[in-house]
Amino acid sequence: MILAIDTSAGTSVALVSREGEVLAHWETGDTMRHAEVVGSAIARVLADSGTDAADVTLVAAGVGPGPFTGLRVGLAAAVAFATARDIPLLSTVSHDAIARGYFAGLGRESQASGLMVVTDARRKEVYWSVYSGLSDGIPARAQGPALAKPEELAKPEELEPVSGHSDSLVRIDAGSVSAADLALVALAEHAAGIVREFEPLYLRSPDVTFSAGPKRVVQ
Amino acid sequence: MLSDPKTFLPEVSNRTSPLVLGIESSCDETGVGIVRGRHLLANVISSSMEQHARYGGVVPEVAARAHLEALQPAIREAVAQAGVSLADIDAIAVASGPGLAGALMVGIGAAKALAVALNKPIYAVNHLVGHVGADVLGPEGPFDMPAVALLVSGGHTSLLLVRNMVSDVELLGETIDDAAGEAFDKVARILGLPYPGGPEIDRLAAEGDPTAIRFPRGLTLPKDLAAHRYDFSFSGLKTSVARWVEIRRDAGEPVPAADVAASFREAVVDVLTAKAIAACVDLGTPRLLLGGGVTANRRLREVARQRADAEGIDLRIPEFSLCTDNGAMIAALGAELIMAGQPGSSLNFGADSTLPATLVHVT
Ligand SMILES: [Zn+2]
Repeated sequence: MILAIDTSAGTSVALVSREGEVLAHWETGDTMRHAEVVGSAIARVLADSGTDAADVTLVAAGVGPGPFTGLRVGLAAAVAFATARDIPLLSTVSHDAIARGYFAGLGRESQASGLMVVTDARRKEVYWSVYSGLSDGIPARAQGPALAKPEELAKPEELEPVSGHSDSLVRIDAGSVSAADLALVALAEHAAGIVREFEPLYLRSPDVTFSAGPKRVVQ
Repeated sequence: MLSDPKTFLPEVSNRTSPLVLGIESSCDETGVGIVRGRHLLANVISSSMEQHARYGGVVPEVAARAHLEALQPAIREAVAQAGVSLADIDAIAVASGPGLAGALMVGIGAAKALAVALNKPIYAVNHLVGHVGADVLGPEGPFDMPAVALLVSGGHTSLLLVRNMVSDVELLGETIDDAAGEAFDKVARILGLPYPGGPEIDRLAAEGDPTAIRFPRGLTLPKDLAAHRYDFSFSGLKTSVARWVEIRRDAGEPVPAADVAASFREAVVDVLTAKAIAACVDLGTPRLLLGGGVTANRRLREVARQRADAEGIDLRIPEFSLCTDNGAMIAALGAELIMAGQPGSSLNFGADSTLPATLVHVT
């Protein structure tokens, strides 16, 4: 069983079987209470599916992109759970979960359009990624994730061609990331032997100002 | 239906000598400690101090990022150091405040997941009282209570009356502006010394005359003492040092940096120890415990010792690795709570950057 945790938007936690069956899922869109809810969210998906923590064999962590403080709560929880059970931690890009949910919802025939995923980065900026489709359950990310001001965000026709269907790029502005979809991407990547380094996608440097020396007090 | 998240966690199974893992992430140290009852088994500290040096002070976002990176190696190292297995742990303890909210949340997220993954109870404890908890791990065993605790670091300067570490802590006073450690950093910058300022000022002050310049002692005048008997203020002192230095520099005179450092340090140490000793005397509590990173300051230890001896006060200063922010003190306080029969925390607590000292743990 795989436990997936994503706090890049709200808080989303899911428990999915190795065969890809979603056993339990809990989420909230609240973007201010990640630290409060993450523990009971994990406890709840275990309890709701009647799973013992010892039966979890993989942990998927949504590494973002996402605003830092909230994103880190889920990552800390994912790292700690994997450490406690001594099981592998799979780093998974949160936008990939959104893309997977979109493509899977389309069905097999209508995957001819490309996809732009846009999420809130706060401070009047957005995170974006572009996908060309789904391949063996893994979203094919052509560009991103990256950070932009909404007005600077490239229009679909200005983007580099996405494997032949740049003219039919669909944009979705997602307010949430599903940990169930995250788990499915993680399982597909794990099966394909794709290993991503555990690195949070903050895409922004910390707010710091270099000291210009002490201010004068004598005027 | 399990609607109350509290029911997700079990009761403590071992209340006589619990094996507790503590996590501390309130400022720039990631601490993971393990204790068995009052016995210290591991104390792993990973500091991001060097990353803050070029900014002249702790940058909260830099500290929080470093906590996440340090987490897994610190947990693994603590477990190895203690020679235990995570499965043996009886409970998890974590500092939930006071401190930097974004930094605290890293430790909280990790601690909750550890508790759920191991199916063990969790104790969300007060960081300040954790400094008091460190004392039980020392070779002399726990201090008699009640005791006065002076906790001084870059993040806090507090005077507590501890009647019972797990159930009865009173805040006597605290800084109304800068923490003492912050004042050291700021004065170091004025003198062109690197961050962190405490050790630099201490080194330079050793060659200076502490009586060369009479810098002000904040909140010690009779009119201030009425309302702020046990409170501290270091902002005026810092400004006074800056003014003194600027006037000399403007006049093209040399600045006797060693004398400035020694005189500044003397002012800080004088106020800290005078107020702590006064509290012991006023309250008839002849026991004083020091904690926090500033206790590394040689002059503070020296003056505290002299004044405590003069008043017949028993002085306790835990060893430095237990004075500075660390996970062992959090584990120690968790173990004390468990041994006193206190209930664990529900899983719903969050970070509280201003958690009052009177709240020893969040239930
Ligand atoms: Zn502290």
